[in-house]
Amino acid sequence: MGSYVPSTPAERQQMLAALGMEDALQLYADVPEAMLLTGPLDLPAGKSELQVRGEMEALAAQNTRYGTILRGAGAYDHYIPSIVKYIPAKEEFLTAYTPYQAEISQGILQSIFEYQTMICELTGMDVSNASVYDGATAAAEAAAMCRDRKRSVTLISGAAHPDVINTVRTYCYGTGHALRVVPVKDGVTDALKALLTPDVSSFIVQQPNFFGQLEDAKALGALVHEAGAQYVMSCNPISLAILASPAECGADVAVGEGQPLGLPLGWGGPYLGIMAATQKLMRKLPGRIVGQTTDAEGRRAFVLSLQAREQHIRREKASSNICSNEALCALTAGLYLATMGPEGLQEVARQSMAKAHYLCSELCKLDGVARVYPGAFFHEFVTTLPRQDAVLAALSKAGILGGLPVDGGVLWCATEKVTKAELDRAVAIVKEVLAG
Amino acid sequence: MKLIFERSVPGRRSAILPSCDVEAAPLDEAFARQRELRLPELSETDVSRHYTELSKQVYGVNCGFYPLGSCTMKYNPRIDEEAASLPGFTGIHPLAPEADTKGCRAVLDEAARYLCEISGMDAMTFQPAAGAHGEFTGVLLIKQYHDARGERQRTKIIVPDSAHGTNPATAAMCGYEVVNIASSADGCVDLDALRAALGPDTAGLMLTNPNTVGIFDKNILEITRLVHEAGGLCYYDGANLNAVMGVVRPGDMGFDCIHMNLHKTFATPHGGGGPGAGAVGCKDFLKDFLPRSALMEGEGRLQVRAFAGNFLVVVRALAYLKTLGREGVPEAAKNAVLNANYLMQQIKGSFEPAFDRVCMHEFVLDLSRFKKETGVSALDVAKSLIDRGMHPPTMYFPLIVHEALMLEPTETESKQTLDEAAAVFRDLYRQAYDDPEPMHTAPHGTPIGRPDEVKASRTPVLRWRQD
Amino acid sequence: MNIPNELKYTKSHEWLKEGDVVEVGITDFAQDALGDIVFINLPEAGDEVVAGERFGDVESVKAVSDLLSPVSGIICEVNEELLDAPELLNSDPYGAWIIRVEQVNDYEALLDAADYEAHCAEEA
Repeated sequence: MGSYVPSTPAERQQMLAALGMEDALQLYADVPEAMLLTGPLDLPAGKSELQVRGEMEALAAQNTRYGTILRGAGAYDHYIPSIVKYIPAKEEFLTAYTPYQAEISQGILQSIFEYQTMICELTGMDVSNASVYDGATAAAEAAAMCRDRKRSVTLISGAAHPDVINTVRTYCYGTGHALRVVPVKDGVTDALKALLTPDVSSFIVQQPNFFGQLEDAKALGALVHEAGAQYVMSCNPISLAILASPAECGADVAVGEGQPLGLPLGWGGPYLGIMAATQKLMRKLPGRIVGQTTDAEGRRAFVLSLQAREQHIRREKASSNICSNEALCALTAGLYLATMGPEGLQEVARQSMAKAHYLCSELCKLDGVARVYPGAFFHEFVTTLPRQDAVLAALSKAGILGGLPVDGGVLWCATEKVTKAELDRAVAIVKEVLAG
Repeated sequence: MKLIFERSVPGRRSAILPSCDVEAAPLDEAFARQRELRLPELSETDVSRHYTELSKQVYGVNCGFYPLGSCTMKYNPRIDEEAASLPGFTGIHPLAPEADTKGCRAVLDEAARYLCEISGMDAMTFQPAAGAHGEFTGVLLIKQYHDARGERQRTKIIVPDSAHGTNPATAAMCGYEVVNIASSADGCVDLDALRAALGPDTAGLMLTNPNTVGIFDKNILEITRLVHEAGGLCYYDGANLNAVMGVVRPGDMGFDCIHMNLHKTFATPHGGGGPGAGAVGCKDFLKDFLPRSALMEGEGRLQVRAFAGNFLVVVRALAYLKTLGREGVPEAAKNAVLNANYLMQQIKGSFEPAFDRVCMHEFVLDLSRFKKETGVSALDVAKSLIDRGMHPPTMYFPLIVHEALMLEPTETESKQTLDEAAAVFRDLYRQAYDDPEPMHTAPHGTPIGRPDEVKASRTPVLRWRQD
Repeated sequence: MNIPNELKYTKSHEWLKEGDVVEVGITDFAQDALGDIVFINLPEAGDEVVAGERFGDVESVKAVSDLLSPVSGIICEVNEELLDAPELLNSDPYGAWIIRVEQVNDYEALLDAADYEAHCAEEA
C-alpha cells in the first residue's frame, strides 16, 4: 500500500524525463536481464497503517503476559519509570545516525559521555566505552582485548550465564583461541588456581553468578593477578549499587548486561553491553568512545574519540569489527540512573535483594523445597522443587511466571517490582500444588 | 550546556518506589560496596529539561534532509515504533516458555518469510544485533562449512579495497587472512585481480552489490561463479540492498549468505548509533550452521549473543514490511535509485561525480579538482552544508576516491527536497570560488564549531570529574 | 624538509642511526604526511624485530600507519616518553627515537640521505 515515497507519479515522470528516461527500470541497465525479477515478489500486498496496527496487535496478543515475574536468568523485570520510556522516544534521539558530525550531534555525544561517566562511577573503573551489543558480547570482547602474543587462553567460570559462555566460545572459535570453563562447586567457581597456566590471558567471572550466588570476587581476582593474567568481571549493574564494585575487587575489565537499567524485557533485545576498563587498557577497548575537547573558541565539545582503534581505520588489524552499538539503550540507561539517583538505585538493589530473600525463606518453609547451594545471594537463588512442572503450570495459570528450571531445581528471582502480597500469593499456590 | 552531573543538587530525588514491604536482607560486609555511589541527584523536572535540551542538539531524519551515503537514512515510520512498544512484546521474558511466546515467534517467522523472499535465501536468523555482527555471523557460516568438510586449509577471505572497514575486520575476527584486491576504475571487482587471488586456500569473498561507489557490478554472475569454482563461498554485505530489493535478489546473483541491516533498508531507527539488527540469511546448505536462537534450537550450535536478538527492532521491521508488501518493496528501491540519479544530475555541472554514469541508490562526488582550484576541501563543503540546514553526506569514503562526498538521498525524500538540496550544492560550489574563507571555518550557526580532535585523542578526557 | 646526512633511511620512511645499538624513528616526511600524531603503539624491550616487518604503529586522528623495522635484532629499549608525548614525533622526528635494537643481524635495503630525498620527491 505504502512505501513512504512522497513524490507523485507526475513528479516521478518529471524526474525520469530529466534523466532522459521513461521507466525507472531503465536505471537498472547494469543488472543482467536474466537476473531481474520478472514477476512480483511472493509476498502479501502492502497494507494501510490501520491494518498493520491491527495485525501487529494481534501478534502481540498471541503472547502470554505475566503480571508477576519471578524469573530472571539474565533478563530482569525491574520497574521502568515513565520518563525513562518517553524521553528515548523523542524523534531526534531516535532517528539520528552515529554522531560523526559533532557540530550537530552534541546532544547524543553528551548523553554518551554522561553514560560513560555513570558506568565508571558504578563500576569504579577508569574508562567506559559507549556500549556494545549485550552482556554476552561484552564478555567476548573483553576476552579478546586481554589477549596478547604470549597469553591467548581465556578462562570463564562455569557459573556464568550459559549464553555468555556460549557467546565467548563462539568468538574464540572465530579467532581460533582456546576457552576453558572453570569448574563449579556448591554453586560458585572452584579450583581456578590449577587452571591459571602461564598462557592464560584472562579469567571471566560473573557476579552475582548465574545461580544468583555471590562469588568471592576479591579472592578470585587476587589469584588471577598472581598468575599474571587479567581479571574480567561480568556484573549486574543494579547489584553494583550495594555490592563491591569491580574496581574494589581488582578487575581489569568490567562488563555486564545493561538491560536492568531501564530497558524492557522485550523478549531478549535490544539490550545493552556494558564495558569499562582500567586506564591501562583504554586503547584496547573496542567500539565507540566519546571524548571531551574544545572548539576553536574554547567551548566544551564532545567527539567520537580514539577512532584509530576502530575498524573503519584499522580494518583487518582492528581487534573488533563493531560499529553500530546500542547508543539509544545507553542513553536510556543513563537516563534511568539519573532518574533513580544514588539513593533510588540503592533502594532498587536493596528491595530486590530483600524480596528475593523473603521469597526464598517462604518457599523453603514448604516440604521438599530447599536451597540447593549454600552461601550469600543477591536477588536470585536455586531451590529444589518437587512436582516442578505442575507448580510452574499452576503459577502460570494464576498469571505468575515462575522460576526457570535449571539443573538441580528452579532458579527464582525477585525484583523491587513485586509486592509482598504477590509473593505470598505465589508461595500459597506452590504450597497448594505440593499439598495436592 | 551543562552536564547532568553539573545539575545535581545533594538530596534531590524523584518519588519512584514505595518503601519496602518485607524485611531487609542483611549483606555481609565482605561483599558490600565501600565506595560512594556518585550518581546525579535530580528532580524529574531537571531530568526532563536536561534531555529535552540535549534533544535540541541532535539532527535526526525527522529534522531534515540526511543524505548520508551508505547509511540509508530513510524516514522511520511512527507506527513501527508503536508496534514495538506494545506491552505484548515489551513485557515478554526471553526465557518464557515456548507456549507463552507464540506471538514473538510468529513475528520472527513472518519477518523471515519476507526477508527470505526479498534476498533469495532459504533460512534466516535474527540473533545478530547489528550489521557488523551480522557479517561476523555470516562469515562464521562459511568457516563452519569449510571446517565440517575438513577443508581447514581455506584460510583466506577476499575483500575488495573499496569495501567498508567492517568487512576486513570481520574476516580477521573469524581467523581469516584478508586478501585485499584492487578495484577496477569504476569501483567494480577487477576480474583479473580476483582470478589471481583465488586458489585452494580461498574460503570466500565478501562483497556488496551495488558496491560502495553506488554501481551495480554487471559481472556479478561471473564473480560468484569464479569463487564457487575455486571452492569458496560468497558473502553478500546487504548494506546497499535498498537499491535493489524487489528488483533483483542476492540469492540469484550467486551469493550463499547475506546480512541485511534492518536499521537501513527496513526503516528501523538508528538511535544515534544503535540498536540496529543484522538479520542473516543463507542458502539451504548452510542452514545447519546458523546460530542458536529461538527459531534454531539445539546443542552444538554457535551463539553470537544472548537470547533471540534485538527482537523489538525486528518487530519494527516487520511492521514496515507489512506496510510495503509486494508492490511497496520494489517501489521503494526504484524511487531510491531514481532520487539518487536525479540529485546527481541536478548537482552535475558544479561538483563532479566520481563516476559519470547511471548510479544505483547513492553516488560519490570527487572534489579533488575542486579542492585544487579553490582550496576548499570535502570536509569544508560538508561543514558548510550544516549551515544550510542539511546533514552532510558521508565524507572521505570510499577510500578509493580522494576528497569523496557520498550522497544517498533515499526514496523518502520529495522532488522539492532534492531540488533544494541541489541548489545548495551549486551555491556552495560557486561560493568556493568567490568567497571560500567562511567555508574553511564552517559551520557557524551550531552550538559548537569544529572540535579539536587532535586534543581529544592526545589527552583523552572520557568521563566527567568533579573539580 | 629535513633529511640529516648522517642517518640511513627506508623506503617506508623510517630512519636509522647506527652505533653500539641501532636507533630507529620516523622521518620528517613521514610525520608531515601523517599529520598530528596522537598515539604510538610500542613493542616491548626484549621483543624480536625482523627487517621489513611491523613492530608497532602510529595513530593520527583519522589514520594508522605501521612502523616497519629496518633491521633484524632484539629490542633493548623503547622510548616510553612517546606514550605520553606522541607530539614529539611531529615536532622533533629525529630526536624522537622509537626503539633501540641490539644483536642486529640483518638489514633492509637502506637509502642514504640523497637517495631518500629522491625517493620522497617521487612519492610527493
